[in-house]
Formats: sequence, C-alpha cells, structure tokens
Amino acid sequence: MSTIKIPPVLRPSTGGDREVSAEGANVGEVLRALAVQHPATEGQLFGEDGTLNRYVNVYLNDEDVRVLDGLDTPVKGDDTLVILPAMAGGR
Amino acid sequence: MEGITNRPCGGRYGDIVESIGNTPLVELKRLSPKPGVRIYAKLESYNPTGSVKDRVARGLIEDAEARGAIAPGQTILEPTSGNTGISLAMICRRKGYPLKVVMPDNVTEERTQLLRMYGAEIVYSPGDQGSNGAVAKALEMAEADASYYMPYQYGNRANPDAHYNGTALEILEELDEVAAFVAGLGTGGTLMGNGRRFKEHDPDTAIVAAEPLQGELVQGLRSLDDGFIPPIIDLSLIDRKIFVSNRDAVVWTKRLLEEEGLFLGVSTGAVAAIATRIAGELDEGNVVFVSPDDGWKYLSSGVYTKPIEQLEDEGVLESASFW
Repeated sequence: MSTIKIPPVLRPSTGGDREVSAEGANVGEVLRALAVQHPATEGQLFGEDGTLNRYVNVYLNDEDVRVLDGLDTPVKGDDTLVILPAMAGGR
Repeated sequence: MEGITNRPCGGRYGDIVESIGNTPLVELKRLSPKPGVRIYAKLESYNPTGSVKDRVARGLIEDAEARGAIAPGQTILEPTSGNTGISLAMICRRKGYPLKVVMPDNVTEERTQLLRMYGAEIVYSPGDQGSNGAVAKALEMAEADASYYMPYQYGNRANPDAHYNGTALEILEELDEVAAFVAGLGTGGTLMGNGRRFKEHDPDTAIVAAEPLQGELVQGLRSLDDGFIPPIIDLSLIDRKIFVSNRDAVVWTKRLLEEEGLFLGVSTGAVAAIATRIAGELDEGNVVFVSPDDGWKYLSSGVYTKPIEQLEDEGVLESASFW
C-alpha cells in the first residue's frame, strides 16, 4: 500500500484528506487507484489523453517521476507519492 | 621572496560589469563520502552584487541592447524574488535604465534594502502566492504599459546562455571530467545552460536539479491551472529532480558553515544536500554544484544563529522564502 500526499489545492477533491492510501505497481496505477477512490481528482491529475496534467508534479518519495519513467515508474510497497502543483522557484 | 605561484589576481577590468564571472571552484574535502569522489562548490557569491544572477542580468541587458530591444533610458520591469532584481539594479544603474522589480512581500529584509540602495523601485506581490504571484503581476503590468521592457528571465534564452557561455566553460577549464552537476531549480537557467554544455562535452554527465519543496503556506493556488512552468525549462536535459525541504536546506547550510567554513545562502544548503547524496551513489568522479550566493542576505532569518528546533518552533521554516 502506497501513501499519496495530497496538496492543499487538491484536498477539496479528496474530501479534505491530506493523505490517501492506494495500491499499484507503478505511479500510473497508484494515481488511477486514487482517482477511483476520489473521482474528482481524475480530471485534475490527468489530461484527456491519460497523461499527467502538465501543472502537476508527482514525486516518488522526493524524486520527480517525469525525469524517471513517468507514470511507468515502479512503486514499492513502502513508497510515498507526493503530488505538488508546479510552482516557479524564486529568483 | 617567491613570486605568486598559484594564480594571478582576479583579472583587470574596464568596469564592474566586465568583472562578472570567473568565480572560484572550491573542493569540499570534509563532505566527500569516499576517496575518489570529489565535491566542488562553484562560489557565485564572488560576483559583484554577490550572486549568480549577475551573469544572467548582464546577459539579459546586453542581449536586449544588441538586438535593439531597449532604448536609452527605458524602464526595465522584472518579476524577481531578489537576486535577479539586485543584479539588474546594479547593471541598470550603471547603464542608465530605471528599474521596477516585482517580488513577493515575504523575502528577507536585506534584499529589499539592497534593491533600494541601487535605486530600484519595488512593487510587492502577495507572499502567499510566491513567485507565481510576482510573475503574474509583472506580466499584467507589462501588458498594461508598453513603455516597459521586461527581460522575463523565465523565458529569455539569454538566461541559460549566460551559463552555457560562462559558468560551464569555467568549470570545464578546471576539471577533466564532471560525473554530476547539481544546481537549484528556479528559472531553470543554471540547469539548462550548464546542462546543455556538459551534455555536449560528455553525455554521461548527470544533470541533477534540487528544487525547493514549497511549503503549504506558500502554495496559495486556487487551482492547478494557476501553476507555472518556466518556458526555458526542457526536462529532457535533467536526469534527476529532487525536492528539498526548508528544514533540510537549513540543516545543510549549517553543516557547510560548521564543517567547511563556508557561509553560504540557504538555497546552497539545499543544493549541497543533493550533491552529497549523489556523491554517495558514485564510486568515483567529480560532483560540482553551484552555490548561488552567500549568507549575508539571510542573517535576519536567524538560520545561522538559532538551533533548528527553535527555527521550527518560531515558524521560520514554514514561512520564509529562501530561494
């Protein structure tokens, strides 16, 4: 069972839950499982073609999966997924 | 008496703008995880206004001048959380352009002071909207008034080019190989410009981004579509992208001071945390990271003088903007 950390901007879609547990062998499966539990997240996480919304970053523990294998990135049982909105770093 | 055997003086320049760059690469022997893996910090605080952004600001203005995009005396407008504004303020002052900077109202006091000292006008955006808020406000202002020139560091090629043509070449002058290059991810300029040059030199060089873990207080977005991705960022150049909490950034900033005697800014702590982690994964090789600035601008935050537990209790780690 993986833990998914939900950012404030998505919590209205999870009934206020800050953390959701879900199962899956890779990031895509875990996020789909989240969308099954909380259907309001589906449209926010995924585009119509099933790819990740470009303004959503998903981290496997602390690593952005987009530069790993994206939604195919394997997930182990005790991993945490962290969903964060894309924000400009300050400079 | 022997002559100077190591290096000549830092060079002779026609003016302060010309002296930008050529910063030292310093080995961090105490932080190296094992023999054969060497960690180097490129100390960008050695630039005239004290940060890596001097390279970028010089590039932005000189590129605009070369293209005929700005007229003498035209007002420059730019969203910046501080360092770029400070660099632009110095260069604009030197070259005669009035400057307006847009930044979040939760940056440290020293940044505000420096900007005013150089004669820049500051327009504040809400701190809880972070840099996204500053960018949005600046774009609004630029659209409403065509007399402004906005360099727009987030989307201007001159930003990464300053690194491609400067920082990266300086590093390659000094080291035969670079196993990993680590830098903070803000506008993306440092990573893109250095990344492109290192990959051209050796495709096996790992380009690693350390990014700030934005606290919940800073995330103030109404919807995911309020998010922002700097146009210059091309993720295909990046091999690893890892977030670092304010807490870890502060812990490592203190370690750099205590173990290596380096008084550096808090974003450097974040980058060092990742650089040492990457170094630990290597059997051998050089890991180079960029330190954007030193610690003077962050003194008022208490990071260097208070224990981490006290900073946590006081809420400093949640609300301060260190990047």
